[in-house]
Amino acid sequence: MRLTLHVWRQAGPALPGRFVRYDLSDVSPDMSFLEMLDVLNHQLLGRREEPVAFDHDCREGICGACGMVINGRPHGPQRATTTCQLHMRTFPDGAELWIEPWRARAFPVIKDLVVDRGAFDRIIQAGGFISVRTGGVPEANTVLVPKRDADLAMDAAACIGCGACVAACPNASAMLFVAAKVAHLGLLPQGQPERGPRVVNMVSQMDAEGFGACTNHGECMAACPKEISIDFIAQLNRDYWKAKGAA
Amino acid sequence: MTVELRSRIPEGPLAAKWERHRSEIRLVNPTNKLKHHILVVGSGLAGASAAASLAELGYDVSCFCFQDSPRRAHSIAAQGGINAAKNYQNDGDSVFRLFYDTVKGGDFRSREANVYRLAEVSARIIDQCTAQGVPFAREYGGVLANRSFGGVQVSRTFYARGQTGQQLLLGAYQALSRQIGARNVRMYPRSEMLDLVVIDGQARGIIVRDLVHGAVSAHTGDAVVLATGGYSNVYYLSTNAKGCNVTAIWRAHRRGALFANPCFTQIHPTCIPQTGEHQSKLTLMSESLRNDGRIWVPKKKGDTRPPNQIPEDERDYYLERLYPSYGNLAPRDLASRRAKQVCDEGRGVGPGGQGVYLDFRDAIARLGRPVIAERYGNLFEMYERITAENPFDVPMRIYPAPHYTMGGLWVDYNLMTTVDGLYAIGEANFSDHGANRLGASALMQGLADGYFVLPNTIGDYLAQAKLAKVGPEHAAFRQAQAEVAAQVRRLLDASGRKTVDAFHRELGRLMWDKCGMSRSGAGLTAAIERIGALREDFWRNVYVGGKGAELNQSLEHAGRVADFFEFAELMCRDALHREESCGCHFREEYQTPEGEAKRDDARFAYVAAWEFTGVGKAPVLHTEPLAFETVHLSQRSYK
Ligand SMILES: Cc1cc2nc3c(=O)[nH]c(=O)nc-3n(C[C@H](O)[C@H](O)[C@H](O)COP(=O)(O)OP(=O)(O)OC[C@H]3O[C@@H](n4cnc5c(N)ncnc54)[C@H](O)[C@@H]3O)c2cc1C
Ligand code: SF4
Ligand code: FES
Repeated sequence: MRLTLHVWRQAGPALPGRFVRYDLSDVSPDMSFLEMLDVLNHQLLGRREEPVAFDHDCREGICGACGMVINGRPHGPQRATTTCQLHMRTFPDGAELWIEPWRARAFPVIKDLVVDRGAFDRIIQAGGFISVRTGGVPEANTVLVPKRDADLAMDAAACIGCGACVAACPNASAMLFVAAKVAHLGLLPQGQPERGPRVVNMVSQMDAEGFGACTNHGECMAACPKEISIDFIAQLNRDYWKAKGAA
Repeated sequence: MTVELRSRIPEGPLAAKWERHRSEIRLVNPTNKLKHHILVVGSGLAGASAAASLAELGYDVSCFCFQDSPRRAHSIAAQGGINAAKNYQNDGDSVFRLFYDTVKGGDFRSREANVYRLAEVSARIIDQCTAQGVPFAREYGGVLANRSFGGVQVSRTFYARGQTGQQLLLGAYQALSRQIGARNVRMYPRSEMLDLVVIDGQARGIIVRDLVHGAVSAHTGDAVVLATGGYSNVYYLSTNAKGCNVTAIWRAHRRGALFANPCFTQIHPTCIPQTGEHQSKLTLMSESLRNDGRIWVPKKKGDTRPPNQIPEDERDYYLERLYPSYGNLAPRDLASRRAKQVCDEGRGVGPGGQGVYLDFRDAIARLGRPVIAERYGNLFEMYERITAENPFDVPMRIYPAPHYTMGGLWVDYNLMTTVDGLYAIGEANFSDHGANRLGASALMQGLADGYFVLPNTIGDYLAQAKLAKVGPEHAAFRQAQAEVAAQVRRLLDASGRKTVDAFHRELGRLMWDKCGMSRSGAGLTAAIERIGALREDFWRNVYVGGKGAELNQSLEHAGRVADFFEFAELMCRDALHREESCGCHFREEYQTPEGEAKRDDARFAYVAAWEFTGVGKAPVLHTEPLAFETVHLSQRSYK
């Protein structure tokens, strides 16, 4: 395959960035998107040019490290697929691809396609947990959980923290990410004691990080590689107002 | 240097050792805990659980990882499950049986006392994770569900769909996040440990490169915990995440920590075969698939008919034929070796003949499509995304791939290495899996070490160690820092014409050929020579590019590959010296007439712990004899 790439190059957070055009041949349709970028980087190094920086690690769609906007779509065109699992056979020969980083105030660019998603960690630190110490917990089967609830909690817990939902949202809202964690823990009996304070603290940290408000566009769910449902956002809102009312 | 291998295994009957040890080891006074600064390197299951648990106890903790968030440690990728001796299925499981299976599965090259402790604490791990909100799979009645895994005959594996590692890690990450939020842990993401600082025989700190700005800094502490995972990426192509490396433990080895059984590397039987030269990693298909999938190849050599047109009596279900009582659930080392064998005979399938079928046809007929979809849906999707084939319609093609490393830093019963105050936990140590790890046991070990073992044993050292006050201005820190900076400069100054990746691939191919699924004295000798030459070529001919004071991924990779080059030689030397076959270590010269591994217990029932003497110099071998008092040494049989 032959490709024309326009890749966002930006040397540092405070420096201006721009698209740079690269023509690439010898791309196999069996390559993953990141392997295609490996080929580009290999060629750039051969020409003594700086390779394109991008985050990645597992290359199996589970660590949440990778992510870039491809032709305007976070993680590219394929449904429920991270960038690392996207294969070049998805694109026609001769395709022209525009590749850029997540764009959101709360995710500043570090370099090229690499952004700082530390805000997500801080939201979890604000309350995305169940406060139990190591040891001193009940035997696992003493608390029964209906299979339906456990399955639904697992649906929500499948979030990989990639940030595509933020990149897809016109308001750069982090609601889907936050809702996924709130729902995962809120659906389980173990998560009940802290259910109210958890949602309030996480939402307040989300606001403090500079993410936008949710206005129900639903773009997040369409971009989410794990197909996290926006129903969880409705659940978050109910929990939030209930907790606020109780406060 | 004189090294003494003291395993510190407590006295008394096996089943009472851990309880007794716990009640006898010294404790750190609660008010003193905050005065002890512990550096935890790694945020995977082992590191995150340890950092969180130590902070809960009141220690002052710093935690480091190279990813942008602790949640992305490689543990996240584990699919299949975690073992625990709960006996929820009433199928005869017990602490003893889990212990026994693990010692036998490890082909009698692990330490009984450690393994027993692992089995003993396993049940508490499930309690802990459940309380954290890990959404384990459940039965309709609301209780936890189980499945079975290779190498055992009971159903003791707990799972969260095909994402068990993810959910366990998120549980540990959340516990860690809680401590970070409470300011009990300082978290350093995008930070890579590049050296260990040892002062007066004690580990007192680490040298770290900030991967965003390139600054190299010193961190001092009273103890250092390495939870940095495994080194399968020495093979370049493996199921590990791209960043997995040997650097932290190799640097510690260079500073005096002995390296145990480096050649014990597990090749996982069920991975998606390689498709081309461009390939950057191999993808695992969870072993849980072997519960319902049947493995076969055509009986005839070079049979190129599509699988669905090969009649039943022309198929060779070779695992069922060779190991009737375990069938498709034979342990990993056997399953991998037999796959290689049938492919070497010319009966492999798919491009290049490097593959065997994993067929769900019968399971679909027996259980129906919805049940199979519920059990393995996400794995099937992943397979289809990569290969463009749907396993509901055609059998999967699989082939073995490097996956896990049983070898690692030598540790005593307290998980302390041969350097005082330096601990190794999780995949980074050698302790529990012998020469072959059973499925679903790595997650168990990482969490056992991090939640339940290390937080107890580290106090024993801190309570009595005489720790002089040292700061980053100490000469040893300055020197280590200068050495790290010099290595960075040396890499950037090399102005050859080959990329780091190209060197890594070349090393990987060599290791796979000569020190992979089967090894020979001649092959290993040749490999050692070749590695030395390649290493020299690397330093002369590599081109890294970019600058040191910025985010530079090529530089990160270069440092890791430089360490792999030094480490690979040790791995081959270990494999060469071990003149027997055991578990994953298959020396062609030592096999039974049926082609099974032939152990030599008289000569090799020991842990090989190597001492560093210099790059390219022969390392010194120390041995820890293994005593099997409870499980009697026998030839492993899965027939
Ligand atoms: C695809 C796959 C599937 C698996 N499935 C299963 C399964 O079903 N069941 C099972 O029991 N086991 C499974 N395993 C094995 C298991 O996942 C691992 O052995 C285990 O998770 C390792 O955990 P760890 O905490 O020791 O290390 P890791 O999770 O690898 O964490 C290493 C940590 O160290 C950090 N680090 C490394 N080097 C440095 C450095 N130099 N400086 C700073 N930080 C550093 C990393 O950032 C990371 O945080 C699987 C493995 C793979 C590859
Ligand atoms: S909700 Fe989806 S898109 Fe958002 S971080 Fe989680 S996995 Fe990524
Ligand atoms: S690299 Fe891990 S999800 Fe893509």
